[in-house]
Amino acid sequence: MPAHFEKRRRKKWQTSIPPLIFVLACLAVWQVSVDYLKVPLWLLPSPVAVTKALWRTRALLWTNTLTTVWETTTGFILSVALALAAGLAMVLSPLLKRLFYPLLIISQTVPLIAVAPLLILWLGYGLLPKIVTVVLVCFFPVTISLIEGLEVSDPDLLNLLKSMGATPWQILYTVRWPNALPSLFAGLKIAATYSVMGAVIGEWLGASSGLGVYLTLSSHSFLTAQVFAAIFAITVLSLIYFILIAGIRHFALPWLNTKEN
Amino acid sequence: MTLLLRDLSLTYRDNGSAEVKVLEDICLEVPTGSFISIIGPSGCGKSSLCNLIAGVQEPNRGEILLDGRSILGLAGQVGYMPQKDLLLPWRTLLDNVALGCDIRRENKRESREKARLWLERFGLGSFAGHYPQQLSGGMRQRGALLRTFLFGRTTLILDEPFGALDALTRRDMQQWLLDVWSQSDPTVVFITHDIEEAILLSDQIVVFSQRPARILNKIILPFSRPRDPDLLLSPEALAVKRQLLGLLRGHS
Ligand SMILES: Nc1ncnc2c1ncn2[C@@H]1O[C@H](COP(=O)(O)OP(=O)(O)OP(=O)(O)O)[C@@H](O)[C@H]1O
Ligand SMILES: [Mg+2]
Repeated sequence: MPAHFEKRRRKKWQTSIPPLIFVLACLAVWQVSVDYLKVPLWLLPSPVAVTKALWRTRALLWTNTLTTVWETTTGFILSVALALAAGLAMVLSPLLKRLFYPLLIISQTVPLIAVAPLLILWLGYGLLPKIVTVVLVCFFPVTISLIEGLEVSDPDLLNLLKSMGATPWQILYTVRWPNALPSLFAGLKIAATYSVMGAVIGEWLGASSGLGVYLTLSSHSFLTAQVFAAIFAITVLSLIYFILIAGIRHFALPWLNTKEN
Repeated sequence: MTLLLRDLSLTYRDNGSAEVKVLEDICLEVPTGSFISIIGPSGCGKSSLCNLIAGVQEPNRGEILLDGRSILGLAGQVGYMPQKDLLLPWRTLLDNVALGCDIRRENKRESREKARLWLERFGLGSFAGHYPQQLSGGMRQRGALLRTFLFGRTTLILDEPFGALDALTRRDMQQWLLDVWSQSDPTVVFITHDIEEAILLSDQIVVFSQRPARILNKIILPFSRPRDPDLLLSPEALAVKRQLLGLLRGHS
């Protein structure tokens, strides 16, 4: 067993080395060209300048990040709860599905950037409109993936359960629900990566704190290095949410980790 | 439990347009504790018949009686093993085997104990915690068969349980099925494509025609039990084999 693990770890290392080198090379090219061409700081800061800006404004960045984390997390959890309720309701009732499914699709064609000012208008400048934008961003992928997963495609499987005299409710929790989990988690991953963006767009339009605020203030003052610092923070935050979901998936869906036999 | 099929007919309607007649006046009596094989060309309607007996589908005409009681459209009365193993990928082998017990709301701990016992008895004890995708085809089939036994019915409908297996594993599984059968003596309806398998296992072989399936012949096998695979080389068995081949060839 230890030898096996050792081998797997080495393999993981080997596969992660090339992309790492590639990213480092890109950063190096960026740094060298900015230095060599003497690009002004307000136009394009070098990686080193961005790092300096990150360090210099770390306290400010941290408090703003906390606000965004709070909005994102609340909005994400809320949207998952809503999506579970909506998805189950639509799968259990064909009528509800016929009523709301088209609406759900159409709602996605409305650009968030057009709705967000309305939210500010209706809900003010507090946390609530930001949480709502996060919900708007996350609700759709989670609901759609849940609905797709709950529709079991193999009629023979349903027949087997029926032949045992299973009630629709039993079929739901012994077959449909576990069958939906892989698809649900795929939707959760997408939602997790978008959720931070939703919060930032909400903050953009009017707030007193948050990464969106830091971003607008920095860009209005032509502090471009800080804009990049904000982009960096947003990216890292989104990645953390993504990794969190991937980790939960690993433990909640153990049967998917055994493919290699 | 005596299983009685009376005048069963079934027609599929494809989107309202074309009609596919699948079963035509199937009459069959399966006495308590007997083992009956149904053999017939592919696509003649064997699986459809199984679905009818299992109660997941209803015939257009006819009756299905279990000990004189109609079980038409009534699920949960017989143990049904479909053609595919249909083990649930998110359940371990142990939990898959106990699926029927869960549906019947039996005590979890007791059903798992029972399942473990059966798994051990049939050489799968060390795989109890494995997921289906970690098992070989033969193990999965055995798991599906055990799931059917543990459902706890004395009438079993087995739809080509060994269809996906190689010849060697198949022989083992047949022996194993005979062991189980002799221990608990259920009434078995066994679907197969394999003539030798049918001869080795059954009290009676029912031959189906091409679609729409009618019963071409019922052959009662006079061999005593327990049976040995060498039986297949006896003149009587060869005669039955020849008769079956003739029946199947005449209609394909
Ligand atoms: N739900 C369905 N709707 C329409 N036609 C069907 C349906 N299910 C089966 N059929 C048709 O009924 C016929 C019998 O199917 P069935 O699965 O019962 O055959 P089978 O004897 O079990 O075949 P095999 O030996 O290959 O398993 C086939 O021609 C098939 O195309
Ligand atoms: Mg079939």
